[in-house]
Amino acid sequence: MGAGPNQDVAIPLLALEVGRDARIAPADGPGAIPSRLEDLGFVPGTRLRVLRRAPFGDPVEVELRGYRICLRAEQMAGLMVLPDGSDSRG
Amino acid sequence: MSAALVHDPRPVHVALVGAPNAGKTTLFNVLTGSSARVGNYPGVTVERREGRLLGAPAEVRLLDLPGTYSLIGETPDEQIVEKALGGRLAGEPELDGIVCVVDATTLRRGLGLVREVLKRGLPTLLVLTMIDEVRARGGKLDPVRLSRILGIPVLGVVGHRGVGIDPLQRLLPDPSRWSRAVELPPADDAARRFAWVDQVCGAIGATELAPDTRTDRIDRVLLHPVFGLLVFAAVMVLLFQSIFSWAVPAMDAIDAGFGALARASREVLPAGWITDLWADGVIAGVGSVLIFLPQILILFTFIHLLQDVGYMARAAFVVDRVMGWVGLQGRSFVPLLSCYACAVPGIMAARTIASPRERLATILVAPFMTCSARLPVYTLLIAAFVPGTTLFGALGLQGLVMFALYGLGVATALASAALLSSTLLKGTPSVFYMELPPYRWPTARLLARQVGRSARAFLRRAGTIILATSIVLWGLLSFPRATPDPLLTAAEQARANLEASAASRLGHAIEPLIAPLGFDWKIGVGLVASLAAREVIVSTLAQIHAVAESDDSTNLREALRRDVDPETGEPVFALPVALALLVFFVFALQCTSTIVVMARETGSFRWPALAFGYMLGLAWLGAFVTHRVASLWLGLAAG
Repeated sequence: MGAGPNQDVAIPLLALEVGRDARIAPADGPGAIPSRLEDLGFVPGTRLRVLRRAPFGDPVEVELRGYRICLRAEQMAGLMVLPDGSDSRG
Repeated sequence: MSAALVHDPRPVHVALVGAPNAGKTTLFNVLTGSSARVGNYPGVTVERREGRLLGAPAEVRLLDLPGTYSLIGETPDEQIVEKALGGRLAGEPELDGIVCVVDATTLRRGLGLVREVLKRGLPTLLVLTMIDEVRARGGKLDPVRLSRILGIPVLGVVGHRGVGIDPLQRLLPDPSRWSRAVELPPADDAARRFAWVDQVCGAIGATELAPDTRTDRIDRVLLHPVFGLLVFAAVMVLLFQSIFSWAVPAMDAIDAGFGALARASREVLPAGWITDLWADGVIAGVGSVLIFLPQILILFTFIHLLQDVGYMARAAFVVDRVMGWVGLQGRSFVPLLSCYACAVPGIMAARTIASPRERLATILVAPFMTCSARLPVYTLLIAAFVPGTTLFGALGLQGLVMFALYGLGVATALASAALLSSTLLKGTPSVFYMELPPYRWPTARLLARQVGRSARAFLRRAGTIILATSIVLWGLLSFPRATPDPLLTAAEQARANLEASAASRLGHAIEPLIAPLGFDWKIGVGLVASLAAREVIVSTLAQIHAVAESDDSTNLREALRRDVDPETGEPVFALPVALALLVFFVFALQCTSTIVVMARETGSFRWPALAFGYMLGLAWLGAFVTHRVASLWLGLAAG
């Protein structure tokens, strides 16, 4: 969808490997992130990590802002993140 | 503003607002002394609850609102919160204050909601729950500094241990003293709101919590792609087993107890219709309510235990995808599984589904699951009419038919759920979000209180109506009666009475409607009687065929086989008729208790009426097709 910032390449959250840290990519404009996700703290710049996927691949458990929440993949479709470089933070 | 409200006769109204699983309901119970439902499971608060604050000089009414992450209402639950805060909730007075409840371990998210609430301008008080867990995980909290920044009182509590409750009780009666003038930076959009939250957390020195390693370790097994499914299957088998077989001895005992009580009353009381009403109407009616109690107790002990421990949310996580295919969600699984025992506790268990849309879909398809009341009917008809031959050397045809009936029930339930969510329930917004709570040890006292509450709710809400309808049906089956004939045996007299009854007239009246299915008026009477409960058709058929009721059903089986149409001389129960009747029972919603509980849980008789009509239509159609196909097939086989 939108072009990520120059230094990093934004990828869909759903493509992020389990256990890898990332930041939510800057949004293209109002409405780019569904308001439901915003209310949960999914705002640009927020650090997050995919903890696990359920046995059939869905839902997905995400850790952000010091808490964990399970969401269905379709609800997070379109959410872009900037994965951290090779250094993996604990 | 007035000073102390002690002498003000108008009660103070305060609402609890917070995210699902923040501990609102636990706090509510501690403050009001009520044993409202609590569970270590997100989203238990489905309905609104109100209670009076204990130990307050003035009357303070607390309103427990559904859990919400936002004040912009899209789902029905969130709209309730939004309306309540705006004083626009029907039947609710304007609020004097809001108590924001935030799980202290999720402060960095929870403060976002606090910011939204503060924008409303009502007196607000912040309660941080689970502060013991923050400390246990090496976190720091400074309520005093947070209070200074927000300009509102901030209290830390540990709800279930009563820590921090006293100061809260003192503050609650007087919302006018809560807020102090503090200018907060504007935070109109979420990005700015959370930027403010991060700033606040930095200012109060809130550090990141150490991960909950115990929960992590357990989750690595329980949510594992392979082991997770195995554990899930094992837990469900255990649950199924418990409601299906452990409840049976207690249910049999209740059944036998009420049977003995009815016989004893007959011996003591003079013969007459008042005695009949007492023995066959009232005692049998009370028995028909109490018989559900063992299953409800066992099922709800299981459900509350799984919730309190924290497994229920995991189970929902594991199967959510599969249930999502037909428009249900992970939390629909346990209620539907429970329906194999009985739809009544199953429909009540659907309360654990937070989203109203999926909850409704689950309730509406629940009666398709093969409940244990269908078993006596299946067993009787299969034993009587399906040949006991084996296929491929090992598979018994009778067992195969039984299996097919169970399969037909599940398939129809899932198909109906898919149909419902793409038609009637389409467009109702539904969201799935769920937190996996930390694993916690359950407390026996809390568990006992929760189970007791469920049992009382069932007895009080459903019991009265089930009792009333069973008495009405007794009346239909008993009046008017035939003149007593001393020459008849007891069984023959019972048959004569039944034939003269209003139910029998109804059976005759509907004969044209059921003739296309191959059913005669006798089956019609059985169908009318089975509206009370499916298994009643067995005893009704026994009465019609003047078979003395006994534990041994061989007599009835033989009588059904021998039954011939007086005009044609053909057997009434040919195989196609028996199969059609079986299919009818797979689909039809013949259970007053289910209808009553459905109405109670959905808040109106509209949904059960719809379910009844839909299922009856499907039953008729299914029986019709079965009768035709089976007749044709047998005809071909014979020719």
